[in-house]
Amino acid sequence: MSSIEERVMKIVSDSLGVGPEQVTRESHFVNDLGADSLDQAELVMALEDEFDISIPEEVASQIQTVGQAIDHIQEAVAEADGEQSGG
Amino acid sequence: MGVVTPLGCKVDELWARLCRGESGVRPIEGFDVSIFKVRFGGEIQNWNPVEYLDSKEQKRIDRFAQYALVAATDAIRESGLDFAKEDRRRCASVIGSGVGGLGEIEAQFRRLLEKGPERVSAFTIPKMMLNAAAGCVSIQFGLKGPAYGVVTACASASNAVVEAIKEIESGDMDVVITGGSEAAVTPLGIAGFAAMKALSERNDDPQRASRPFDRDRDGFVLSEGAGIVVLEEYEHARKRGAPILAEMLGYGVSSDAGHITQPDENGVGAASAMTDALKSAGLAKDQIDYINAHGTSTPLGDVAETVAMKAVFGEYAHSVPISSTKSQLGHLLGASGGVELVISILAIRNGVIPPTINLENPDPACDLDYTANVARERRVRIAMSNSFGFGGHNVSLIVGELQNGSR
Repeated sequence: MSSIEERVMKIVSDSLGVGPEQVTRESHFVNDLGADSLDQAELVMALEDEFDISIPEEVASQIQTVGQAIDHIQEAVAEADGEQSGG
Repeated sequence: MGVVTPLGCKVDELWARLCRGESGVRPIEGFDVSIFKVRFGGEIQNWNPVEYLDSKEQKRIDRFAQYALVAATDAIRESGLDFAKEDRRRCASVIGSGVGGLGEIEAQFRRLLEKGPERVSAFTIPKMMLNAAAGCVSIQFGLKGPAYGVVTACASASNAVVEAIKEIESGDMDVVITGGSEAAVTPLGIAGFAAMKALSERNDDPQRASRPFDRDRDGFVLSEGAGIVVLEEYEHARKRGAPILAEMLGYGVSSDAGHITQPDENGVGAASAMTDALKSAGLAKDQIDYINAHGTSTPLGDVAETVAMKAVFGEYAHSVPISSTKSQLGHLLGASGGVELVISILAIRNGVIPPTINLENPDPACDLDYTANVARERRVRIAMSNSFGFGGHNVSLIVGELQNGSR
């Protein structure tokens, strides 16, 4: 299984229709990758689907770069795993 | 002119195949049809508009609007228009569709049921809305005059052309991109029309299923695609040295005000539309050299249209060549009038009348000259194109060769 970082980058590339080489941790969704509000809503949904997590709107609106998305998802996935093993 | 059809997505290819009497009807591949009563149609297969739309745009735009965009792009290229040199406020986009983004509605409703409301795509509404075709064309080419959809079921494209003519006639527009597009070969599209018993069920022989005016016809064949033309004010076109392909001469529009789906058996509304079209063009009946009939291959519709043509044209109805190119293409619903206007213009420019194929045993109630099975050479100066839609909508267009600028 590829890393969370790789999976996020692939989804960003597919969802926004940009080449994988354009997607780096520093890429800004709006300024660098040309995403509009509809693209961002779709992207959040695609990430939620891929990682089986829920990204609250107030969190989603703070995520502006690929790196921020990766960090948030790594945390959320770790939290979900912790809950599972703890329960 | 631009087209997307089951017989090709370039005007030249469509024309060559029409004249050879080919059929574009095939078993449906886009979804599993095994449990469907009707398993064939005029589907656009191997659709890959990569030369026209990047992958991101393809995801954001439903098939019906993609077809419109591709056909509009070809039409605009041929016209030589450069919108950077135009007053964009005087350029419009008026495009018909019967059902819009039906496939998107189906896909997203499935997600709603299976995954919940939070999983419905943000593109659902902008993809399904019927004005998306006109809107996308306006956005793509920067047309800042009016952009709107026209919705009258199978008469949508012809109705859109009428509205486009009015936009030009009003003096407010120089250029209108117009016609129709449709992408309803979907599970709900097939099932819905099949439930009405509107579709042919000739699954064992799809290419012979669409047989307008034939005794053994059993319904229409559902197809998809687009037909778009650039309509331009004459002086505006002349001044910029545009390649003027033909001239819109007249139109007639009426409603049956009868049944929601059945045609008036005496074709009264259809006849009014044709009569009004002749009148608005200032033409005598026998000046029509060719009629591209609506001719869907339904038992009732073909007879009603025949009755209407006889009522309008009298004795001349028996000598004017008629054909239904739906015999080859199937029924493109809200796109049909756009494609058929293109075909009518091609008949004028090439001096050839495309045939009605599969017309083996004419229905005794359909006793006119439908150009059975084989294309015919004939000088066509002026052609009429009919479109009728569920809801009781009737539209008749008249198009002619350019009269050396004398009009």
